[in-house]
Order: sequence, then structure tokens, then C-alpha cells
Amino acid sequence: MSDNPQVDRAHKTTSTAMILTLGLVTALSGFLVVFVYQATKPVIAENKRLAIEQAVLQVIPGAESFTPMLLTEDALVPVAPGIEGTRVYAGYDGENSFIGLAAEGAAQGYADIIQLIYGYKPACECVTGIKVIKLAETPGLGDKIITDKNFVANFDALDVRLNSDATALANAVVLVKKGSKTNPWEVDAITGATISSNAVAKAINASAQQLLPQIQPYLEELEGAQP
Amino acid sequence: MSLLKQDDRITAETFLEGIWRDNPVFVMLLGMCPVLAVTNSAVNALAMGVATTFVLLASSVLVSLFRKLIPKEVRIATYIVIIATFVTIVDYVIQAISLDLYNALGAFIQLIVANCMILGRAESFASRNTPMKSVVNGLGMGLGFTLALLCLGVVREILGNGSLFGLPLFGDGFQPWIVMVLPPGGFIVLGGWLLFFEWLKVRKQELSGDEEAVHGS
Repeated sequence: MSDNPQVDRAHKTTSTAMILTLGLVTALSGFLVVFVYQATKPVIAENKRLAIEQAVLQVIPGAESFTPMLLTEDALVPVAPGIEGTRVYAGYDGENSFIGLAAEGAAQGYADIIQLIYGYKPACECVTGIKVIKLAETPGLGDKIITDKNFVANFDALDVRLNSDATALANAVVLVKKGSKTNPWEVDAITGATISSNAVAKAINASAQQLLPQIQPYLEELEGAQP
Repeated sequence: MSLLKQDDRITAETFLEGIWRDNPVFVMLLGMCPVLAVTNSAVNALAMGVATTFVLLASSVLVSLFRKLIPKEVRIATYIVIIATFVTIVDYVIQAISLDLYNALGAFIQLIVANCMILGRAESFASRNTPMKSVVNGLGMGLGFTLALLCLGVVREILGNGSLFGLPLFGDGFQPWIVMVLPPGGFIVLGGWLLFFEWLKVRKQELSGDEEAVHGS
């Protein structure tokens, strides 16, 4: 912009000058964004990997290492390019024996899809913990599904036994009003964050109903294998 | 619009006007979207303030450097491109620093682009002043904005969650005022602070004996 109004009036900016300015500024912007993107990309990928890794180890108590696996139509195989299936993580303890699984679940929350990882131990046929990976719930309210200790304690030993013919859960994971949990497959809601609480219960229920019957045949295989 | 002779001196006022006299939130009421949306905890308020300050500073420098080259017909488009660039950079940097923080701030990082305080500074200050002066002014404005966000964030977190910077303040007997962490709480607390600052202003004028200025207009 010129500092002199008289010059401004006499001199009309040509289209070329405008295009040139915008072109230069956008080129500079593009360069800066690409530079920062390249510089931060490995750090961000590492952060995401660490977040998942931590989550997996957190939801399977006692686990010290894990292997990502894919459950396909007819097999449970280590992750490899070109294979599609449900991603699960097989957790191993310090002596490399298989102790539990971690799987991903997702359900519509109040604002957006809530993504979480939950742990499963075949020994007790129960969920052993959850960790929310991505949420966009109201901060200070819906995000209590992460911070509320009483709510998180619901998932320390949530019963997900299979029914007698192993086709579905014996009891669906359901949300109940806060303080009225009487059965080990029920989830106590958070007061004021019912929709978010319900999403967590639904995410686990949906994933467990589908995954657990499918994965049963492979559990023995895992117990014999080394990571 | 343009001054024939510019005053390039940097005074204390260049820095301080953003903090007190022309505070972007409490005086100019600019950038209300993040002010109301992300101030439900002190940490979120602080992070948002720092991110906005960075974008403000960086875009002020570029706008100020190019101020003689940018034709006035395309100046707004140019400012927006410059601001959007730095917002994208902040977005990546916050993801690299902490995914938890990134999740907490959510979509509001991208929305810094639409913060009218930043565009306002580019248009009314950086495009007419030297880079150095723009930086000093931007720093003051950013600090004023951050302090204002903290004013809201601290009150809302204490009342709405019974904690400060995540540390619990009261015992288990405390019943949080849930409305405070919800959007209406933002309006209520902002209204409270505006009332307080207006009261301060009026009182100051009354004390200095300038009754006309208070009741006359």
C-alpha cells in the first residue's frame, strides 16, 4: 500500500501486479507449509504410534510388548501390506507369553465419532481397560469419559462372556444410570455426559459382539506363539 | 487511511495498548469465537492464547515487510493467505508437541484463521508500521488476548470443574457448576468480566472528577 493518497489515485494497480503479488505470497506460503509439514511429519507419526502403543500396553494390564495382527475372514495373521482385516493387538507379558488382546472400537458420540482401544483377557473373559484415542466431545464435560475415575473403573473387569454356542456375548454391554450398576456387564453412566458414556458402551459392545466370537478359534494358537 | 508522515518511534504505549487500553477481548470485543469456545479450562485458554499470539506475530512481520508491495485491491486476500499459512504451521507444531493438547483444542486451532483480531491488526497496524513496531504491538495484543482468555478460563475451570490447571481445589463435596464449562458459561463469565472492567473505568473517571465524561454522553 502506498503511503501517499495522491499517488494512489493517479496510479491504478494493474492486474499483472495483483496476480504477481498473490502468486508470490501463495508460493511463499506453500513453501513454508511444506517445509514445516516435512519437519514435523516424523515427530507427529511417532507421537501417534506412541499414543497407540501406550494405549495398548495400558489396556492389557501386565503386558510389556505387543504385536499388531489382522483378523481376516479365515485367519489371524501379522500385519502385512495388502491384507485387509480387523486390526487387533496381541499383548505379551515379560516372559513372552500371550496374556490378552487389544482391539479398536468406535461409536458416534455427542460431537463426533469416539475412537477407543480396549483390552480383553481370555482368562477372565472380560474387558480389562479402555483408552480413548480420538474424541471431539465438549471439553470439560464429554471428555470426562477419559478423566472420570469412577467411569473408567467400569472397564477394569467388564464382563464380556460369550453365550453357550459362542456366537455373541452372553450379555450385551449396556449403559445404566449412575450408581445403579449391579451386574459386571453394565456400565455406570457419567451424570451430565450420558451420550458420551453411552457411546463408549456402544463402541465396546459393537466391537466385542463381532470380534470375540470370531477370534476365539485363534486364541490357543496365540498362546503357543512367540511375538 | 494513510498518514503522510509516519511516527516510527516505538513507545511503551505501542506495547501496552493491547494489554489494557485496547485489549482485544475486553475493550475491542474481537475474536469472540475462541474466547467463548476454548476457555473452559485454564490450560486450553493458555494454549489458545499462545497459538494465537504466534500467528499474530508471524503474520504481522510478513504483512509489515511487504506493506509497500501489496496492492490495496488484493490486500485482504494477501493477509488471509499469510495468516492461514501460519495457522497451518501452528496446527502441525501443536500435533508434534502434544496430541492430547491437539485433541483438547480441536477445530479451534484451524479457526484462528477467522480470528478478526489478527486480520484487524494486519489491516490497521502492521500494514502501516515498521516490522519492529508491528512485532512490539503484536506481542502486546497477543499478551492481552492470552491474559483475557486466562481470566475466563480460570474462573470457568474453578467453578465448572473445581480445579485449576487440572489440580483439584476442593474436596469431593464440591458440586461443579456444569453450566460454566458449557457455552452459556462462557457468555456469563465474559459478561461478568466486561461489567467489572466497565465499573473500573467509570470509577476511575469519577475519581478524577470528570463527571461530564461519565454521565454527559
